[in-house]
Amino acid sequence: MTADDTSGRQETAAPAIELKGISKAFGPVQANKDISIRVMPGTIHGIIGENGAGKSTLMSILYGFYKADKGEIFISGQKTEIPDSQAAIAAGIGMVFQHFKLVENFTVLENIILGAEDGGLLKPSLSKARKTLLELEHEYGLNVDPDAVIEDLGVGMQQRVEILKALYRQADILILDEPTGVLTPAEADQLFRILDRLRAEGKTIILITHKLREIMEATDTVSVMRRGEMTATVKTADTSPAELAELMVGRKVLLRVDKTPATPGDVILDIKGLRVVDDAGVERVKGIDLQVRAGEIVGIAGVAGNGQSELLEVLGGYADGTGEIRVSGQPLDLAGKRADGRSRRARGIAHVPEDRQREGLIMDFSAWENTAFGYHRDPSYQSGVLLNNAAIRSDTEAKMQRFDVRPPNPALAAKNFSGGNQQKIVLAREIERNPDLLLIGQPTRGVDIGAIEFIHQQIVALRDKGKAILLVSVELEEILALADRVAVMFDGHIMGERQSAETDEKELGLLMAGVGS
Amino acid sequence: MEVMPKWAEVILVPLISLLLAAILSALVIMAIGEDPIAAVQLMVTGALGSTYGWGYTLYYATNFLFTGLAVSVAFHAGLFNIGGEGQAMLGGLGVALMCLLIPWPHWTLALIGASAGAALFGAAWAAIPAYLQAKRGSHIVITTIMFNFIAAALLNYLLVNVMRPQGSMDPASARFPEAVHLPTLHDLLAPIGISFSKAAPANVTFLIAVLACVLVWFLLWRTWLGYEIRSYGKSEPAAKYAGISPTAITMIAMLISGGLAGMMAINNVMGEAERLVLNAVEGAGFIGIAVALMGRSHPFGVFLAAVLFGFLYQGGAELALWTNIPRELIVVIQALVILFTGALDNMVRMPLERLFLMTRRGSG
Repeated sequence: MTADDTSGRQETAAPAIELKGISKAFGPVQANKDISIRVMPGTIHGIIGENGAGKSTLMSILYGFYKADKGEIFISGQKTEIPDSQAAIAAGIGMVFQHFKLVENFTVLENIILGAEDGGLLKPSLSKARKTLLELEHEYGLNVDPDAVIEDLGVGMQQRVEILKALYRQADILILDEPTGVLTPAEADQLFRILDRLRAEGKTIILITHKLREIMEATDTVSVMRRGEMTATVKTADTSPAELAELMVGRKVLLRVDKTPATPGDVILDIKGLRVVDDAGVERVKGIDLQVRAGEIVGIAGVAGNGQSELLEVLGGYADGTGEIRVSGQPLDLAGKRADGRSRRARGIAHVPEDRQREGLIMDFSAWENTAFGYHRDPSYQSGVLLNNAAIRSDTEAKMQRFDVRPPNPALAAKNFSGGNQQKIVLAREIERNPDLLLIGQPTRGVDIGAIEFIHQQIVALRDKGKAILLVSVELEEILALADRVAVMFDGHIMGERQSAETDEKELGLLMAGVGS
Repeated sequence: MEVMPKWAEVILVPLISLLLAAILSALVIMAIGEDPIAAVQLMVTGALGSTYGWGYTLYYATNFLFTGLAVSVAFHAGLFNIGGEGQAMLGGLGVALMCLLIPWPHWTLALIGASAGAALFGAAWAAIPAYLQAKRGSHIVITTIMFNFIAAALLNYLLVNVMRPQGSMDPASARFPEAVHLPTLHDLLAPIGISFSKAAPANVTFLIAVLACVLVWFLLWRTWLGYEIRSYGKSEPAAKYAGISPTAITMIAMLISGGLAGMMAINNVMGEAERLVLNAVEGAGFIGIAVALMGRSHPFGVFLAAVLFGFLYQGGAELALWTNIPRELIVVIQALVILFTGALDNMVRMPLERLFLMTRRGSG
């Protein structure tokens, strides 16, 4: 099915947005290739695609951040030039970014009028805005206290402020870029109810996401992008997650993880009363107890920022903590000289960090230099005082082959690999060390669906070799699919532990929101 | 995918930058009514046309090699060491103390001792800002600049009040004994039948500077310490993840950097002046920054850039001597070279990248 098919049934109105033949290249990378799309008014139109498929580029062109090399934009049938975001706003387009653009220590009202003040004096603007804002809140059921300070609001509320900001600027078309990335499942449901209401009031919504479930739940029509091209536009009701996944990847994909029930052995990781205070003096982990046994995967679920990252940092040896951690029965130093990554590795702890581009890899280093990273003082990589570059290279070649890294070129810089292949380089480095305990954060963030399958298989294979695995992920689906046992973190506490076979997203979602046992 | 082939990146970009700097310099020379072509000829013959010219060019290049390497090593650790000037001054103090206090039997031993003294004093001067950065987070750019002033004041005091020989009116140390005088290139080349100017100050230190280039390359790309320095310089969070101590690397990189800057003193203090004078460094510490920038912090690039700046220094001195082009204009020319090769790098790089893309699309 193509875009023309779907629009053919709705010939009555001009499309709210029509893009014709949009192309955009960044250097040698063709981010968008001849993209045409029609978004009908009063619908929720999903755009789905893997990381790097060109979704964000396309929306940035629509919002005036980039100029297309070729192509035309029509808003409600009118050919429109959008050289900057001011023009986009004037054309009735509002954008809600993945990372909110709010001034933290301003009130809701002050944020709403920021950049849309009329006149040099603030007071009249504010009182006029207050009236409009309350009308908007009433009209769309978006209740937010205009005088609340942003930093006191939860993420879900902050997102509402972003939506109100767009509505205040009289947006008829709302673009939401990965809006549920930081939300709990309950907050996400609320967001979708708000979007329903907006649609009922005649607004047009473009929802960009890589989550198939959201597309199926929320949208009327969905367009699939792959490698800069629009591969299909279909009615959501006429498609299935499996079909969409295949359209995104270009081949059949296994959406479930194949694994046998775990056979947990001895306790490998034993955490008692762990507390972590961050650099700003805020307590992030507030006394947690957790055990991981050999041959099991324990997943830590939770909305980002509830202490999971700090837990991994302490275990990985680059943040200090207090309390007691034992690995294979021996205590682990939580501060001081022996609490560093090198000592951890010597104890058989491997770590795939949450942010591979910031921590796990040196992006300018070649694949072989990155393969030695953290293990560069290992005797097998040394010859005398020198690094044995030849040994590292050949080891890298072997690892790249076993983990199917593409292209299999050890000399290529890490930044030139795709997200999935970068992650495979890190995984190969950590898993092939045959660690007793593997810490793994966000194993598939920014990784294409095709590679996710492979990465999940590798993690399960390590478990089946009798290793202990601690998995941290903000993707609840991933935790449920991969982990044998799930612990939910909220505000630095573990809210509860469940066997993953005996729980579901709803129960975990409540725990993630701090509700429940 | 890399946009440009490696050779274009390392050779073409600096070359075009230099050419632009040269063209602009020519316009400036024309504007004051002089002939730019004659000026270039004079610079080339003055700096490269005789062994005397070469002797000066290489003498200056030796200074810039040490300070350029110093800046490069710190730069690989993500640290901007602006304190090469002060570290080289203190290196001079180390050399002077070594040469004056110990009765060396032969210059070779004296050279080893003086090198150690120079490196030690330079490293010690870098150690304080390094410690402040590593432990207290005081920005190294600020502290190293301040330490240049402190070094100047310290040397001023020592030379006037402590090291000045009795009865001398000159704020300088006593002359070094004959035994520690280093052989010049003339002395070194004569036995193998090459005649080199006797008057030029280039000396055996040049060879040590070249050796330092090789050793720095080895350190950075062949040892795990160099690997850790480069890792830390690229990404501090990643270094922490890998178990690389930021404190240790900051200290070690700055000690090596300060040591290299200090070693410049064996060239100018021991090899040329043969006593410690006020302001012996003459800005070479700052030129080192430009040399490191232009040489892309790679020892081989630093070598080429140091020789280029040696040429500009010597050629510039000749210009000032034989033409009406004022000495200040030489500084302008040097500044243009720094501006184009360092600061305006992207101005050349971006159009070149576009050009390479076009040819690739055309062929592919």
